[in-house]
Amino acid sequence: MRAAEIVMAAALMALSIYFMVHATVLPIGWARGQGPGGGAFPFWLSLVMLLCAGGILVRELMAAYADRGGHRGFVSRGALRDILIVAGSLLATIASIHVVGAYVAIVGFLVFYLRVMGRARWRTIAALAVATPVVVFFFFEVALRILLPKGITEPLFIPLYAQFF
Amino acid sequence: MFRTALKTAAVAAGVTAALSLVPTTAVQAADWQPNKPVEMVIMAGQGGGADRLARLFQSIIEKNDLSNMPFLPVNKGGGSGAEALRYMKDNAGDAHKVMATLNSYYTTPIRTDIGVDIANYTPLARMAVDTFVLWVNADSGITTLEEFVEAVKAAGGEWKMGGTGTGQEDSLVTAMLEQEFGITFTYVPFSGGGTVAKNLIGNHIDSTVNNPSEQMAFFKAGKSTPIAAFTEDRLQVFPDVPTMRELGHDLVYTMQRSFVGAPDMPDAAQAYYVDLFTKLAATEEWQTYAAEQALLTDLLTGQALQDYFLAEREKHAKLLEALEGGGS
Amino acid sequence: MDVLTLLAEGFVVSLSPLNLAVVIVGVTVGLFIGAMPGLGSVNGVAILLPMTFLVPPASAIIFLAAIYYGAMYGGAISSILLGIPGASTAVATTFDGRPLAQKGKAGLALIAAAAGSFVGGTISVILFTLFAVPLADVALAFGPAEEFALVLLAFTTFVALGGDDVLKTIITIVLGLVLSTVGLDLISGQPRLIFGDLPGFYSGISFLVLAIGIYGVGEILWTIEQTRHKPHVTPARIGVRDLLAGLRSLGGSVKAMLSGSFLGYFVGMLPAAGATPASLMAYGVAKTTSKHPEEFGKGAVEGVVAPETANNAASTGSLLPMLTLGIPGSPTTALLLGGMVMWGLMPGPMLFLEEPEFVWGLISSLYTANFFAVAINLALIPLFVWSLRMPLHVLCAMVIVLCIVGGYAPDQRMHDVWLIAVFGIAGYLLRKLDYPLAPLVLALVLGPLMEKSMRQALISAQGDPMTFIERPISGTFVAIAVVLFLLPLVRRLRRRLAGSGTPASGRTSA
Repeated sequence: MRAAEIVMAAALMALSIYFMVHATVLPIGWARGQGPGGGAFPFWLSLVMLLCAGGILVRELMAAYADRGGHRGFVSRGALRDILIVAGSLLATIASIHVVGAYVAIVGFLVFYLRVMGRARWRTIAALAVATPVVVFFFFEVALRILLPKGITEPLFIPLYAQFF
Repeated sequence: MFRTALKTAAVAAGVTAALSLVPTTAVQAADWQPNKPVEMVIMAGQGGGADRLARLFQSIIEKNDLSNMPFLPVNKGGGSGAEALRYMKDNAGDAHKVMATLNSYYTTPIRTDIGVDIANYTPLARMAVDTFVLWVNADSGITTLEEFVEAVKAAGGEWKMGGTGTGQEDSLVTAMLEQEFGITFTYVPFSGGGTVAKNLIGNHIDSTVNNPSEQMAFFKAGKSTPIAAFTEDRLQVFPDVPTMRELGHDLVYTMQRSFVGAPDMPDAAQAYYVDLFTKLAATEEWQTYAAEQALLTDLLTGQALQDYFLAEREKHAKLLEALEGGGS
Repeated sequence: MDVLTLLAEGFVVSLSPLNLAVVIVGVTVGLFIGAMPGLGSVNGVAILLPMTFLVPPASAIIFLAAIYYGAMYGGAISSILLGIPGASTAVATTFDGRPLAQKGKAGLALIAAAAGSFVGGTISVILFTLFAVPLADVALAFGPAEEFALVLLAFTTFVALGGDDVLKTIITIVLGLVLSTVGLDLISGQPRLIFGDLPGFYSGISFLVLAIGIYGVGEILWTIEQTRHKPHVTPARIGVRDLLAGLRSLGGSVKAMLSGSFLGYFVGMLPAAGATPASLMAYGVAKTTSKHPEEFGKGAVEGVVAPETANNAASTGSLLPMLTLGIPGSPTTALLLGGMVMWGLMPGPMLFLEEPEFVWGLISSLYTANFFAVAINLALIPLFVWSLRMPLHVLCAMVIVLCIVGGYAPDQRMHDVWLIAVFGIAGYLLRKLDYPLAPLVLALVLGPLMEKSMRQALISAQGDPMTFIERPISGTFVAIAVVLFLLPLVRRLRRRLAGSGTPASGRTSA
């Protein structure tokens, strides 16, 4: 847990420095008769963040020297596996939307997730994998007229457009 | 030099307007029609003037069955339209995307290097031209341009001119005024024309260069006074308001509302959209709306439109140079 | 009473069969759109705007207003059931709505939200009816300096929201503010913090993306970790008896409802402010004035009622400057304004004189819309609660699909979907380390308004910061805000001084 605190504080400090460097593209000072420049807000606020994260870093480091207790793990190994599966499948799904479109990606995600994480029966999985894209299509595309990305599956939808629009 | 630039631009605009009277729909329109819904990319966020207009077009298209597929508005207003311009460029050759433009179509690529050249986009139709008028709060008692210039001078640079974001239309018009009259304003940028109008009536700013539609309601209620119009001719809705030109100042500035397609749009698709927008421009709903909002509706299509865009880009490059180089 | 005759004539319009049907369809559609995480009243009105040509102009506007109303009711549903605020106006509803749902009291929370919305809507419509015209001038008195002071006031809510660790609270507030500056700087017209020129960042980081990421994806990761060894189903059931019990337990929230209604209406009326600060301020007020402030954040009914009352009251309030001045206070009212202009109705000071039939028809339709919204909402509560009885993994899978699709839908950018995943994972890690996340989300909502109004005011005042104190309205607000910021500190200090001898008040960390 303490190691995680230290890593996070360091990461936040790095992030603040990154923001500060980018903020200096615009003036960060107080322009006479105008008030703060365009970079002032992000720059000075990031500096506050840097100082606070630095404070946490120092605090945790000192605590780490003072006592060797507090060795509660950040996550248990089993939970870590679950978290990685969920986060990984989410990222993979989003990446595959670019290629195979939202519908295929969502069905793929549902089948994978429900089988691996949920250990659901195939009957349940099949029902959800069919119902979800149909509901999504009718709610978003037909009723609300919001087109979802189709990727290479675009041609398959042309007859559907002709039917429902 | 600034003034000559304006004059040439005005002449160029006049010539192109004349050319536009010749119908350009020579290509047969029935060759192509969309087989999926058409994305109508809007260069501005939801609720703004450009957005409202695009949604109006969408409903007129649906009401009159002008297209077999619906037009679906998508807002990509980020970075003053930079996002929309990049999106269209990334979808070069796509026949199912049209973009509703405003003047940021030229100003954004000039101001920030986003790697697009509007000469490559496919011109479709210029539906309307919006106009600008100089406004003050009615309580100020100012009614003429001389009184206005007097008052600004007396304020010694503290006269607050409200407008949309820096680098956008209102700030350009403000810069034109500063140059023409040798005066300086404190320019206060707001997020939209409606907010600007409200701040004028609430006396938080001293003057604006709002579009007529944005001030119409306050004008009718006697809360704001139009001083002069930045137009070629007097506006029908304000017959008593002189143009800047009548007053001896050659200041003309307009905001175009056009549609363009992605670069390399197929010719047949271009012909289809030009035909569609030509029909749209003739509908009664559009004509009534435009008249109420004091929009000028000279339709421009095809090459004439492209020439207009390029001439306008030229003009804006000079304006922006004067604005940012001169430093107000 | 002149107003009452006009209102009666308005009811003749709004109770016509067509307008009644339009209201019922409008609130139902709005309810479902609002209940979708990601989609709120703006999207609802924008999407359905072109459909309105099917009916005459007055009915069209009544339809749009009904969608607006329905979506405001619906926003609470995803806040409570999924913990994902559907719109920024419903963020405050998650603070107590989500804990209630986790305790198996989702039905109670939904009833409380519906009842609060109804009361807020009704009181504000009555205020609207009586004081529409004179109050319009108040909205005009609000310039940039006053807007800034108002945002400052809304920021005092942070005091109530922060965690125990002051450094971490400051970090999340500041991070939210910095993220809010991403995109185009309005004042100079230049892009900033666009991370290597990614076009997706040109338009800044939308509040919804962060909220869906943190409360959607982040929450799922959190839930999966917490429930690993005990697969549980939220024991949510609801029957008529629960409904009645729920309504009865609202008795204690009368004060929250009243303060929420008035606060919501007046804050909502101010252009630029709108329903989000209103709901936050109402939550803050409810917490400070409550007899049991310690229950807030852990599932207090008042904590759901107050923001829901306020955001509905504010949505009525924001119609006021739109109708009387033609000033849209929010993107949704801007679209409504657009709709009216499209149909040849020019909002503004003359509208009440030129089109009395339309104006009063619309006002009276707000009464009917409010009535149907609450009725339909209450009728559907069992269905919503039932949806929580899905097995946990099915629910998680559905929420992830909703996050992806709902995150894509508003602006149709894959960029946003990627950001949701990133924010979700980062949010989960921050939460594991006890960084408070609500301040992060709120800072992102209020940040742009704060920076913009502050800089506009300073430019107007030639760079003199005294403008915030010298202007009467702004000065008053700043003073109240300072008092509210200092109050908890003083209280804590006094408690510490008084309690230094007694061991009872041990828990006053940092």
